[in-house]
Amino acid sequence: MSPATTSTRHTLSVLVEDKPGVLARIAGLFSRRGFNIESLAVGPTEHPDVSRMTIVVNVEDSPLEQVTKQLNKLVEVIKIVELEPAASVQRELMLVKVAATPETRGQVLDTVQIFRAKVIDVAPDAVTIQITGNAGKLADFLRVLEPFGIRELVQSGMVAIGRGSRSISERTTRPVAVPAPPAAS
Amino acid sequence: MSEINGSLTGAQSLIKSLEAAGVEHIFGIPGGAILPAYDPLMDSTIRHILVRHEQGAGHAAQGYAAATGRVGVCMATSGPGATNLVTPIADAHMDSVPMVAVTGQVGVDMIGTDAFQEADIRGITMPITKHNFLVTDPRDIPVKIAEAFHIASTGRPGPVLVDVAKSALQATTTFQWPSELYLPGYRPVTKPHAKQIREAARLLLESRKPVLYVGGGTIRSRAHRELAALATLTGIPVVTTLMARGAFPDSHPQHLGMPGMHGTVAAVAALQKSDLIISLGARFDDRVTGNLDSFAPHAKVIHADIDPAEIGKNRHADVPIVGDIREVLTDLIAVLQTEADAGHTGDYEAWVQFCAGVKKTYPLGYDKPAEGLSPQYVIERLGTIAGPEAIYTSGVGQHQMWAAQFIGYEHPNTWINSGGLGTMGFSVPSAMGAKVGRPDATVWSIDGDGCFQMTNQELATCAMEDIPIKVAVINNESLGMVRQWQTLFYNERYSNTNLQRKGGPVRIPDFVKLADAYGCVGLACDSPADVDATIEKAMEINDVPVVVDFRVHRDAMVWPMVAAGTSNDDIKYARDLAPKFDEDDL
Repeated sequence: MSPATTSTRHTLSVLVEDKPGVLARIAGLFSRRGFNIESLAVGPTEHPDVSRMTIVVNVEDSPLEQVTKQLNKLVEVIKIVELEPAASVQRELMLVKVAATPETRGQVLDTVQIFRAKVIDVAPDAVTIQITGNAGKLADFLRVLEPFGIRELVQSGMVAIGRGSRSISERTTRPVAVPAPPAAS
Repeated sequence: MSEINGSLTGAQSLIKSLEAAGVEHIFGIPGGAILPAYDPLMDSTIRHILVRHEQGAGHAAQGYAAATGRVGVCMATSGPGATNLVTPIADAHMDSVPMVAVTGQVGVDMIGTDAFQEADIRGITMPITKHNFLVTDPRDIPVKIAEAFHIASTGRPGPVLVDVAKSALQATTTFQWPSELYLPGYRPVTKPHAKQIREAARLLLESRKPVLYVGGGTIRSRAHRELAALATLTGIPVVTTLMARGAFPDSHPQHLGMPGMHGTVAAVAALQKSDLIISLGARFDDRVTGNLDSFAPHAKVIHADIDPAEIGKNRHADVPIVGDIREVLTDLIAVLQTEADAGHTGDYEAWVQFCAGVKKTYPLGYDKPAEGLSPQYVIERLGTIAGPEAIYTSGVGQHQMWAAQFIGYEHPNTWINSGGLGTMGFSVPSAMGAKVGRPDATVWSIDGDGCFQMTNQELATCAMEDIPIKVAVINNESLGMVRQWQTLFYNERYSNTNLQRKGGPVRIPDFVKLADAYGCVGLACDSPADVDATIEKAMEINDVPVVVDFRVHRDAMVWPMVAAGTSNDDIKYARDLAPKFDEDDL
């Protein structure tokens, strides 16, 4: 990946209320404003009512600010943090089914060892491998496996978390007082 | 009232919730899925106004909200009822109108089955609402209604849709109006940052050519008094956008008029030549800026808005201020007053003179045709006779621009139009809503003959429900604004803009007969000599709606004009006539 493209990749951690439709709302916002999502991962957090999305977008800084502000306007979005690559760890999960004949099986397993991946299923003529890492590592792994014959692969979106002891999900969820019925003017 | 256990239906809970939220009027039409709610509505203190088309309900709720500052409410059934609300919801979203739309949805077991009159209105309206809900559990009804009104009316106002499944309306439930709402992701900032206010004050005092660029947010935040105070304190020239007409009196000498595509030369020139733009609840819309790259090239920008996403969206802000405009102005005035007391005031004298000179040299005007009736004259006379206490609504097109230009507005909430979305047909139903909200005010719907035919069915509602609005149809027998563009940019090839058969024996339709058929009084006028008498006659009829068919000449054009996509510097005062500025004094 060239430096020019890395500079426009941004990783957003978005804390949202765990409510039906919130994913559609966020995905719709990105497409409506003309932003392309490179990767998206959603899952639960340490708080039962809160989900966390990790969204990777490829945009310049100025439109990124606009999309962040628009995201913040969504009522169900609680907090958005941009995770800088240097100050966070990023992982993707890939499951890949590779052809493995009796002749090549040894070499495939060597590759698994080198990349600290894991075989999770075996068939007479194939193995299924699980590997985690950042995008670069996964791409390297695939390149090495390619000559053996990749039958099928599936990959998760990236998840990322900031380094150090701080948490982005410290609760800021005090109730808002209901407005009194508006008085007639 | 605040708590009922058991023995009440979801429908009753819905109506109780609306009552608790302070609702006095609802515009709507019943249908299958919302039907349960209409039964308890019969016994409610809320007045439901049965409209003829759901779009009319939505625009009426908008007009009601714009005239009163309160949340407008519309109601419709599932499927087509709900989809007919889409245009007004999108309109309210663009123009930041506080509105709650309540729709029925098919029963929860039917959702997703392509049931009769099923439409995913929550999904459809996601990009055009401030927020929306689907309620399937009847216990959630009070909380969701409370949240809807809170979200619609606070922060940057906007439309909120509450879609309620029929099964939830029919179920037995409990009612408890919430004392607190849990909205962790919704905390609009209203109080501006003191540091930004000080920085804004510093720029204001340093600048030599400042302009107060006033947008609709000033009206929504009820900040007209504070705006007047700031203008008086500083002497800075003021421009009011299409959405802000009335936020600052047109009669005030510092007022340069409306900026933008059909703005005054003075307002456009002031922005272009300014060294500081103080944007107050405006959003640098393309209709104001023209070509963005050449907009106000020498100006620094103080951008105050309650919505942080508007700041820096189109134009870089040197001083961004997030906050409610009224609070921003209050704080800014306090700082500037302290500076003034210490002898620090801005030096704007040459600039104010320049602006006043442009305003004097290039006033709004129009050519009277050799024969026939001039539409501008009609609107000008209407504004003079009905006066600044009346409320004016408009559709979209030439008549809208003329109504923005030639009526003198002195008060906020007296000019109601569809600015952002540009919805033809907005005028009659929004006038209906405004009249319901302000029954003592004279409400004039200024409409075009094209727009009028999109929503005039609501005249039936007005006649049946005793809502005596007055409609001035500026009838040029064509889609006038499109025709103007065809004249200017398409070699006078008038493709599909003619609404009347040339020289035909009958008018199709005859608006006087149409008014009569709807139980309204119909009047017609085609001569300048009769304009005043016709308006005065309409002003005397206050028991039924009045429709006046002003048969105007069709070649009138809206001037000044900045052609779409071109620079504001290329504004034309009239066709092929560019204004010249003497900038030696600056």
